[in-house]
Parts: sequence; structure tokens; C-alpha cells
Amino acid sequence: MEKMPKWADVVLIPVISLLLAAAISALVIVAIGEDPVAAVKMMVDGAMGSTYGWGYTLYYATNFMFTGLAVAVAAHAGLFNIGGEGQAMLGGLGVALICLLIPWPHWSLALIFAALGAGLFGAFWAAIPAYLQAKRGSHIVITTIMFNYIAFSLLNYMLVNVLRPKGSQDPASARFPEAAHLPSLHEILAPIGINFSKSAPANVSLLVAVAACLVVWALIWRTSLGYEIRSLGKSEPAARYAGIGSVRIIMITMLISGALAGMMAVNNVMGEAERLVLNATEGAGFIGIAVALMGRNHPFGVFLAAILFGFLYQGGAELALWTKIPRELIVVIQALVILFTGALDNMVRMPLEKIFLAFRKGES
Amino acid sequence: MDFLTLIQVLDSTVRLSIPLLLACLAGLFSERAGIFDIGLEGKMLMAAFFSAAVAAVTGSVWLGLLAGIAASLVMSALHGIASITFRGNQLISGVAINFLASGLTVLIAQNWFQQGGRTPSLFGGGRFTGIDLPFAGVMESVPVVGPVYSELLSGHSVLVYLAFATVPATWWILFRTRFGLRLRAVGENPAAVDTAGISVVRLRFAAVAICGILCGIAGAYLATALQAGFVKEMTAGRGFIALAALIFAKWRPWQAMWACLLFGLLQAIALRFQNIDVGLFVIPVQVMEALPYILTVVILAGFVGKAIPPRAGGQPYVKER
Repeated sequence: MEKMPKWADVVLIPVISLLLAAAISALVIVAIGEDPVAAVKMMVDGAMGSTYGWGYTLYYATNFMFTGLAVAVAAHAGLFNIGGEGQAMLGGLGVALICLLIPWPHWSLALIFAALGAGLFGAFWAAIPAYLQAKRGSHIVITTIMFNYIAFSLLNYMLVNVLRPKGSQDPASARFPEAAHLPSLHEILAPIGINFSKSAPANVSLLVAVAACLVVWALIWRTSLGYEIRSLGKSEPAARYAGIGSVRIIMITMLISGALAGMMAVNNVMGEAERLVLNATEGAGFIGIAVALMGRNHPFGVFLAAILFGFLYQGGAELALWTKIPRELIVVIQALVILFTGALDNMVRMPLEKIFLAFRKGES
Repeated sequence: MDFLTLIQVLDSTVRLSIPLLLACLAGLFSERAGIFDIGLEGKMLMAAFFSAAVAAVTGSVWLGLLAGIAASLVMSALHGIASITFRGNQLISGVAINFLASGLTVLIAQNWFQQGGRTPSLFGGGRFTGIDLPFAGVMESVPVVGPVYSELLSGHSVLVYLAFATVPATWWILFRTRFGLRLRAVGENPAAVDTAGISVVRLRFAAVAICGILCGIAGAYLATALQAGFVKEMTAGRGFIALAALIFAKWRPWQAMWACLLFGLLQAIALRFQNIDVGLFVIPVQVMEALPYILTVVILAGFVGKAIPPRAGGQPYVKER
């Protein structure tokens, strides 16, 4: 018998976990001598009160959708891809090479191939840990952590020794050519009469991210590959008995996951910075973990959670600008969300299950 | 490279490998008891901040050390509650602890000291200073042996000697005591331990607490001995290198020490020489930085002997009813 109705599992538990995280975050704000209500108001104003704020919120959300989907896809196969950060760094390298080496006639072509390049590089970076997990049984969590650090060193090397233009001091690539400029939301929305902020970095890759959510949904729940991925994640012996090769599925899943994380680079490298810098990912790969946990590994949940984290990031930046609350508050909130929706899931679930069971007994 | 440079590099190897060694032994206790801990980094960071903060305010490095251990123990308790009591995912709990530490340390540092997320610089009694072994001054003039004794072996802080003493102590506890036998058993087959009438939960909490204490010392060493004060993200991935060393050592204490010394040597070389010219080609500094991670992946791949973690690692124990 199901212990709880489905809605409790999908909606109630995440909401309670989120409220717990929010309550503790409020206590943290009180502890450092600020007013949590005023802080929340300022965050809402800063992140959603103007098209400028929305532009940043959606820009961050785009990053988190890609990395959140990457974690979610891997999670369906029972794999914990903690290497989104490294895969996104490599994706950035792919985008930079494609934008710098090929003179693109139009941004749309550049976007398609940059996305492909980013995906390929990201997938490549996930491929080695995937192979080692599938063939050698080395734990994918450890290998992907190691690959994050290796990616950072590799990127550092490439920027300092290869991509850095002559005479430049900072470890960054040259600026991408004008033809590779992606239209921002301002440029997209202006023709239909919406005056969106010019200086906000949200751009056309938001649409790519939303499309990626739809594709992942279709992949997981509407294809036989998705069925195989989920079977493997639920029970490996059962999947093997049903003739699903675990090596093949682990490889494919991680390639998709790595590609999704890599494709984040289309947004932050090509859409915003328009050149490759050392710290381009800004930890977005790790936020993907929180986003996927909160979104219950469902693309729609990931979409909502990504926007929530985009709001937190932009709102947090506003707080750091106007109050004494440092930006690191967001890292604390992120940690609390991961803690309550991930690690302490049973703390909320066990009492709830008891309550629901008590109600059931009362009915019958 | 002359003899003196070699001694200096080895000396900084010792200094740099201490936080790795303590964190690695911390991980050893936890993982041998079946609790994966990727939150070593976060615990060290918390300990580094609280030890530096308390040492800065009170002027006593020993109080700082205690505060660091306490902070790390709180994080350990959180990990224990999440992964033992509520049988949550140990990896996710570790990730959460790392972020919590990374955010809270800067938040509190900014609130307490307003110095951009750092503590005031420590001096005098607020720092662990080197202790000279007997006759270090007299021995200095003796060729070869002299510099080795007075530069390399002598002049480290008390925590360095403590860390090296922890290695045989860990070996003895794990392989020569009843507690150690049970601790290892609970990491391999908790059901068997439970059947023998020993509490799995209590053993695992004990292991996690030892892990917290050692991580606390590691963090305190970073902030009050290796450096003079806390700076943002000062652990800089050391918790993960320690994890790498643990795998490299295949979860054994003596081998853990050698692995940490090796990784410490790599750090010392990367710090001292930037790009290394070996004649035919130049080894970029990034290769040295990435080498611990690359070596760990090679080990994990099973090309140099297989690294098999404790069998019940990562799985919460559910008592049958």
C-alpha cells in the first residue's frame, strides 16, 4: 500500500522542506542583526521588481536549468553527477573554440554549433568517469569531483598558455566576434513592443534551456531509452534481468548529463561574457544539485527550482549591494535547501507518513 | 637543485601535508565505519574559521583549537543525524555541509570582524609556533645530518608532531583494539555487528565524532599554524585531496601518511617552482596542481591495484523488524 498520496510526495514534502530552510535562513539573518522581512522585500524588489531584475533572475535561472537537468537525468539512472561544474567549464572551452575559430555568418548558426560544441565537450568530460563507473566500478561521485579539479587546471592552462591574446594579462580568451553575439531578451522583445531592460544579460539561450526541459521530459517518460534509464535507477538487478545493459545505459545517461551541463556555457560564456574567463561557471554546476533535489528530478520541477534559485541569486546580489548581508547568505540558503530536501528528507517524510497512515486507519 | 633547496622543499612538504593527513585519517575512521564523508572540506573550513576567530579574540591558540574542534564536531553531528539517524543520502549531506561551511564562515566573519570575510591576523599566543627539538641549534653545523635534523625535523608546531603520532595511534586503534575491530566490522557488515548485540548507531556516531575531532585539528592547523588567520575558502580543496589520498591509500593508515606526504610534495613543488623545465619540454604548473586528482583517478580505474572501499560504505543501516 502506498503510504502517502502522490501529491504529498511531490508537493507537500518539498514545500515543507523549503519552509524549514527558509525559517532557518531567516534566523541566520536575524542573528547577523538584519530584518528578515525587509530582506525578503528587498530581494523580491531587486529580482522581480523590474525587467532589469527579471533579466538577471532569468539569466541565472538559465544556467541552473541546464545544470539542474544534468543532475536530474543522471539521478534517474541512480547516478550522482557532482561534476556539473567541470563539465560546464569544458562546455565553455567548446563554445570559445567554436566562436573564435570559425567566422560565423549569423548568430543562429553560431548558436546551434556552439551548443553542439558545448554539449560535446561536456559529454566528453563526463565520459571518462562514466566509463570508469560502468566498466571498473569506480565510484562516480569521487571521479566526477576529481574531474572538477582537473577541469579547472585544464581551463587555467588553456586560458593562460593558449587562448590568452598577446599582451593581455588576465587569464581570459579574446572577445568573440560580433557575429557570434546572441540576441538578448531586450532585442527579442523590442519588436513586439515590450521594453525589456537593455543591460540585463538574459538572452535567447533561455529558450534553449526551456526546450531542453521539454526534451528531457520526453526522453525520460516518453522513450524506451528513458524507460531503461529509470529501470536501471530503480533496480540494477531487475534491469539486468530485463536485458538492459547497465554499461550502455550508464554511458548514455552520463553523456546526456554531461552534455546538458556543458550546454550551460551557451548562456554564460556566449550569451553574457562573450569571452571565456577563468571563473565563468561561478558554482552553477553545484547549484544544479540543489535545483534537481528541489525539483524532485522532474524537468518541470527543475524549471521552477531554477527560477527560484535565479531569484535567490539576483536578490542576494541586491542584498549584498544595499545591506550588510554578504552574498554568501545565498550559499547558506543553498546549503540548507540541499540539506532539507536531500539529506534530511526522511526527517520530514517519516512523521508525515505516520500522519497519513493514522488518517487512513481512521477512514477504514 | 642544491641540497638546501631540497631541504626547504621537503620542509614545506611536511607543513603542507599535515592538514591533508589529519583530514585523511578523519575520513579513514568515518569511511571504515561505513559513513562516506565528502564533507571533510566543510568541517575543516568551519574549524579553521572558529579556531582563528577565537584565537584572535582571546589571544589563546589553545582555546582556538578547542573552538575549531567544537565547530567541526557540530558539523559531524549534523552529518550523523542526517545519515545515521534519518538514513539520508550521505553524499548529499556531505555536499550540504561543504556549502554550509563555505557560506557561514564568510557570513559570520563579516559580521564579527568586518574585514571582508577574514579574521584579524594572529600573532604571539594566538598562533602555534614551531618548537625546536633538543640540540637543533647545536646540530645545525653538522653537514647533511645537521640541516635535516634542525630544518626538516625540528621547528614545526606541536600539531605537526601530533599528526604524525596519530598515524600509529589510528593503526593501533583500528587493528589492535576491540573498538577498532567493531568499527571496521560495522563498515563491512553492520547486520553481523547488530546480531552480536552491539549498537550500529552508537559505533557509527563514535566514528563520525572522531572524524569531526581530527578535521577540527586539521582546520585549526591551517588557520593558526600554517597561516596566521582565516581567509575565505582557505581550505582550497584540501578536503578533497585528503579524500583522494584516502582512496590512494586504500583506507589504510600508514599508506595514508605516505599518500598525504606525496600530495604534500606535489603542492610544495607547485608552490616553489612555477613551470618546471625538464629539458625536452616544460611541465606547466597546472599539471602539478592537477596531479593528485589525476593519480586518484588512475588508482580508481584500477590500473595500479584495485581500491575497494568498505563494503557497507554509503548505505544506511536499517534494522530488521
